[in-house]
Amino acid sequence: MTNEPSIHVDHDEAGANIEHGDHENAYSGLLVNDAHWAFGTDFEDPLAGVDTTVPSGVDPKDLAAYCLMLGDDALVFSQRTSEWCSSAPDLEEDIALANIALDLLGQSRLLLARSAAADPSLVPQLPEGSPVPDEDRLAFFREDLAFRNVRLAEVPNGDFAEAVAKILIYSTWRLAIFERLQSSRDSVLSAIAVKGVKEMSYHRDFAGRWVLTLARGTEESKTRLLTALEGLWPLWDELFETHPVEASVAAAGIGVDPAEVADEAGVILDQVLAAAGIERPVRGALAGVRGQKGRDGLHTEALSKMLADMQVVARQYPEGQW
Amino acid sequence: MVTATLQTPASTVRGDNDDHRTQVPASENRTAEALDRARAAAARVTDPEMPMLTLVDLGVLRDVAIEDGRVVTTITPTYSGCPAMATMRDDLQRELQDAGFEGAEVRVSLTPAWTSDWITEEGRKALKGAGISPPGQAPRHTGPVALTLMPTKRALSCTLCGSANVKLSSEFGPTACKAMYQCLDCLEPFEHVKEI
Repeated sequence: MTNEPSIHVDHDEAGANIEHGDHENAYSGLLVNDAHWAFGTDFEDPLAGVDTTVPSGVDPKDLAAYCLMLGDDALVFSQRTSEWCSSAPDLEEDIALANIALDLLGQSRLLLARSAAADPSLVPQLPEGSPVPDEDRLAFFREDLAFRNVRLAEVPNGDFAEAVAKILIYSTWRLAIFERLQSSRDSVLSAIAVKGVKEMSYHRDFAGRWVLTLARGTEESKTRLLTALEGLWPLWDELFETHPVEASVAAAGIGVDPAEVADEAGVILDQVLAAAGIERPVRGALAGVRGQKGRDGLHTEALSKMLADMQVVARQYPEGQW
Repeated sequence: MVTATLQTPASTVRGDNDDHRTQVPASENRTAEALDRARAAAARVTDPEMPMLTLVDLGVLRDVAIEDGRVVTTITPTYSGCPAMATMRDDLQRELQDAGFEGAEVRVSLTPAWTSDWITEEGRKALKGAGISPPGQAPRHTGPVALTLMPTKRALSCTLCGSANVKLSSEFGPTACKAMYQCLDCLEPFEHVKEI
């Protein structure tokens, strides 16, 4: 291998000089031999060999912006959900939340890669020779104002009731969109949606069952669930507002106008709430800033803090080989 | 409305059959022989997370072809976030290199989406042999996906004692594709490959 790193430990614990070849250093083997790692250390283009030609009748910039919106939703919500790792009430739920985060991360990788392929000018520039692939440049090298996710995705985590309430709302909304997106004229978006529907069906069922369990559990669990729903409810309406980019791709048969799924998503959510014996919260929508919300790049402070945490290592080493 | 090219399923990978071979020029004969060797090499690669299964058993190896003298294999992810794709690619390239094919290309195909129905009979036997419960038939959606608020009912038996008295512990397990069960008779916990 030409890029074999040479790490030399010059002293042993007693301070004596030691001569080390690479093969004698415990760490060098880890870096050069992928077999030591569960899944290798290389980057992998999730769309390697996939035809990413932009279909006719759609502005590539709109397609890219739309994929960025969907990709950012999935990325930000995946990151939030993965913050639960090792903190869930029990091992099964910990693993479930990690699996949900992993599915969303996978969807996000595909969507960000699709965005970059449709409009390379969106991708942040890094120093010449940087090995960071486009999807990671988009994830780790954009500022908060460049993120296009809905604000629900960035809400800081609360208790477990808040986690399942948030997953229920997100997956109910998103599943309704992805079911329609399966027939997108863009074959890549369509394929991402087909897979996403299968995955998010499990997420929605998981969250729905927990909502039922908590609502019918103890006074404490019910109170916590109701508090969580109250807190999240102001972000419900934003999910179904149509951004001009969404209107444009929907008209082109490429994307989905979220306003179209409002009724369907509402009916499903109400089914869960009815089974749980609870009512929809009565709370007004969270306003934007001069009419701008998540899709316009206007976010709550929570996103900036989350990104600072998520991006710090990648930004420290823009030419890093992982 | 979906216009993506369908990949040839692995079970029907293209290649000349014996009847044709007698009529084709020698160079094509050599190509056919090379393709057989490439396919055999690719078929030896196992899944990094479930090494009792080959990529063929799992149904993720979709195609092996030779294009311009270069082997091109096509794989499809089981789940969007499947972290094993890069390892599968590396393993395919390594195995093909060992079989004399330098610089094999590995492409990703997203359409049609992987389904657990593609796990072969051989694969199902191998899963059982390793104490993992194989998937039943995947759900087919015509119309909106139904909400399921009761635990999924599956007719499973314990992979250790064969009892049907089993309980779902979680729809999510140690890998994206598995659920967790426990046998209520012998108490053995075991994994079940989910229908998707």
